[in-house]
Amino acid sequence: MSQTVNTKRAQREKSGPYGKLGHALNELDDRMGVAKGGRSFLDKIFPDHWSFMLGEIALYSFVVVLATGVFLTLYYVPSQALTTYTGSYLPLYGQRVTEAFASTVNLSFAVRAGLLMRQMHHWSCNIFIGAIVVHMGRVFFTGAFRKPRETNWVIGTTLLILAIVNGFLGYSLPDDLVSGTGIRIAYSIILSIPVVGTYVAFFLFGGNFPGTSILPRFFILHVLIIPLIILGLVGAHMVLLVRQKHTQFPGKGKTENNVVGTPMYPVFMAKTTGFMFVVAGATALLGAFAQINPIWQFGPYTASRISYAVQPDWYMGFLDGALRIFPSWSFHSFGHTIPLEVTIPAVIFPGILFNLVMAWPAIERKFTKDNEMHNLLDRPSNRPKRTSAGVAVAVLCSMLFIASSTDVIANFFHLSLNSVLWAMRILCIVMPVLAYPVTYRICREMQGFAGAGKRKTTNIVTRTAEGEYVATPAPVYVDDLAHEHELDALPVPTYVVDAEDAVPAGEGGVRRVPR
Amino acid sequence: MSEHEQRTPVQLSTVSADDPRLQPAARRPELVEKVIAVTFLVGIALIVGFGAAYWVNATPWVLGATFGGGLFLMGVGLIAWGKYLMPRGPFVEERHTLASSEVERDAFAAAIVERGGGVIKRRKFLGGLLGAGMGIFGVVAAFPLVRSLGPMPKGTLFHTDWAKGTYLVDITGRRVHLEDLAIGSIMTVYPEGLENTDNGQAVDQTVLIRISNENFVTQKGRETWGPQGYLAYSKLCTHLGCPVGLYEQQLQLLVCPCHQSMFNVTNGCIPNFGPAPRPLPQLPLQFDAAGYLQSQSDFNQPVGPGFWERA
Repeated sequence: MSQTVNTKRAQREKSGPYGKLGHALNELDDRMGVAKGGRSFLDKIFPDHWSFMLGEIALYSFVVVLATGVFLTLYYVPSQALTTYTGSYLPLYGQRVTEAFASTVNLSFAVRAGLLMRQMHHWSCNIFIGAIVVHMGRVFFTGAFRKPRETNWVIGTTLLILAIVNGFLGYSLPDDLVSGTGIRIAYSIILSIPVVGTYVAFFLFGGNFPGTSILPRFFILHVLIIPLIILGLVGAHMVLLVRQKHTQFPGKGKTENNVVGTPMYPVFMAKTTGFMFVVAGATALLGAFAQINPIWQFGPYTASRISYAVQPDWYMGFLDGALRIFPSWSFHSFGHTIPLEVTIPAVIFPGILFNLVMAWPAIERKFTKDNEMHNLLDRPSNRPKRTSAGVAVAVLCSMLFIASSTDVIANFFHLSLNSVLWAMRILCIVMPVLAYPVTYRICREMQGFAGAGKRKTTNIVTRTAEGEYVATPAPVYVDDLAHEHELDALPVPTYVVDAEDAVPAGEGGVRRVPR
Repeated sequence: MSEHEQRTPVQLSTVSADDPRLQPAARRPELVEKVIAVTFLVGIALIVGFGAAYWVNATPWVLGATFGGGLFLMGVGLIAWGKYLMPRGPFVEERHTLASSEVERDAFAAAIVERGGGVIKRRKFLGGLLGAGMGIFGVVAAFPLVRSLGPMPKGTLFHTDWAKGTYLVDITGRRVHLEDLAIGSIMTVYPEGLENTDNGQAVDQTVLIRISNENFVTQKGRETWGPQGYLAYSKLCTHLGCPVGLYEQQLQLLVCPCHQSMFNVTNGCIPNFGPAPRPLPQLPLQFDAAGYLQSQSDFNQPVGPGFWERA
């Protein structure tokens, strides 16, 4: 008996003060050398700011999209072969439909939780792309893309493009009437590319529309090739993030050379894992209560049929809007046609837009001649030109997005389609042009306004026994104490107009810029 | 230690076990713990409910509400745990410069430029051969990878299956007779025998409209194309190839629902609104002896959207 106790004690002593787990960790470290790197990973500091959550939404909705997508592949059949629908949805009973359409309707109605998974998949795709866009906005307006993080900006933009492409491919797979029309439009956009367009379209689709092999090819692109690239790039995005560490807003104790916040383990780990559940849960609730893409109502795709109110998912809206409002300027000459009414809004415009976005860090560096390392974030109002440019582009895209609903707007407000069309053409030009100076002005005003963007301290009003009211300022919020030196920590923006005339930080840490 | 000092960030490795930064952020941790426990319990109940709902094959919204609600509440509880019951911080971590030392940089560049570069510079011929080989491989590999994906376009986009004497049939394959359409009516027709094929549906689809002869402008050279008020136009929009599926009967406009191009039926289907750049190509019609509609030839122009080779 005592023998056993002694052995156990001996074992416990051998494994050190951290018990069995400590022993296991030692064994692991002997073989893989994990202790040093693991410790620094657990101690990694994450800045506490709500805006850092936006990228997490993108990451976790990607997790949801992958998980639900795997479920869908178990039931979806990527085939254009015709079959007779004999499933449980009676309005379609006996119709000749493709295997792809039939299997999508079946996985929605005959597979348990299938509809929930399909709707979650579609919702999380929309959330994924939305979160990427908002996350990009955060990175852009706070200048987080500056040296040394330009590569991650380019990776992120590539991820946005891939996500949009993959979203479109997935949207096309059920082979329903609306998505089939979308593929037809995509084919015509490819055709519009000068010189090589016809060949690209024929090779991609295996012939003239509808081709012989769209669905199998879209399927393998959608479930394997593009997700694999996205996964690799997301990995690279994360590795660079860890290697370069987070940016942070200026504030008490925060410098270019440190990171202030909460440690990876256990605080951030608990919060971020919880947030993953929240994102997945919210997506499931959307999938439960908000119907999305009811393909059985649209019916199967037939090339000679079409429904009214044909609109794509939200992330393709700006392209659809551009196609709607662009004038019918086709170029015919020298025995060739360049369908400029398609090429400009659907090929050249997005080409310029995404290249501009990718190249922005380089463009800005060229203008500011700023080659320093930046780990502290900008307050958007302190970089009025960048902020105004970003707002102008965002306004343009929003206007184009609204323009993708010209028919719905005209119908809903009982307006003539012609007036709506012309209104949108004018707004798409005027609004971005207006947005720039207006944003610029607001930024400059905020620079000269003490405490802009800060919480106001409240007064506590007390009534004395005599009936007199006395107002005393409430104690400052503890969180605000941490931010109190925020403004004077900012570097003076070198390229703000009149920056050399700017008065250095004065009372209260506010730098006043002359108008 | 004043509250102000407690908010000064320190390095995680240097704090003592009783440091206030390692204490929970909540003022009343016991209460928070109870609230979180309740959140978790409700979450677990919902997840169990999901299992039960799945077992009895409940409707999708019940499945989603239990599954999503359960995950959501577990997440909220975990976030609250992290936010209120874990070390409140703040902590600080130093950044290490990403750049290596001058010596390491030079050694790295020297390895590439001197050791590697020297070898390649001295063997320019071999390098050239290797490059040429890889280049040729790239071109040759492009054939199986790209060329085999689809046929060459050749004349495909210039022609449809309509030819002299092709009968017009509806989607069920029935020929269209002189008396089938009332004035103002419209139907979609296909070349006989191709009504259920991909090409027949996607390329040859044609709108057949019967209009009265009043207010009708005959295009030059098309005097015989529309006998008895029967006019046939390609159903492919010249903008992006959507089927021009809507007919505004009073205004006699064909409307494409995708981007709202409108084509004037009484005037050769010239677009009078929207982004479509060209009229819908017209199919010349004739009657056979028994009064059934036939095409006189193919369309007068390539159908559908514009492309580079189109004249």
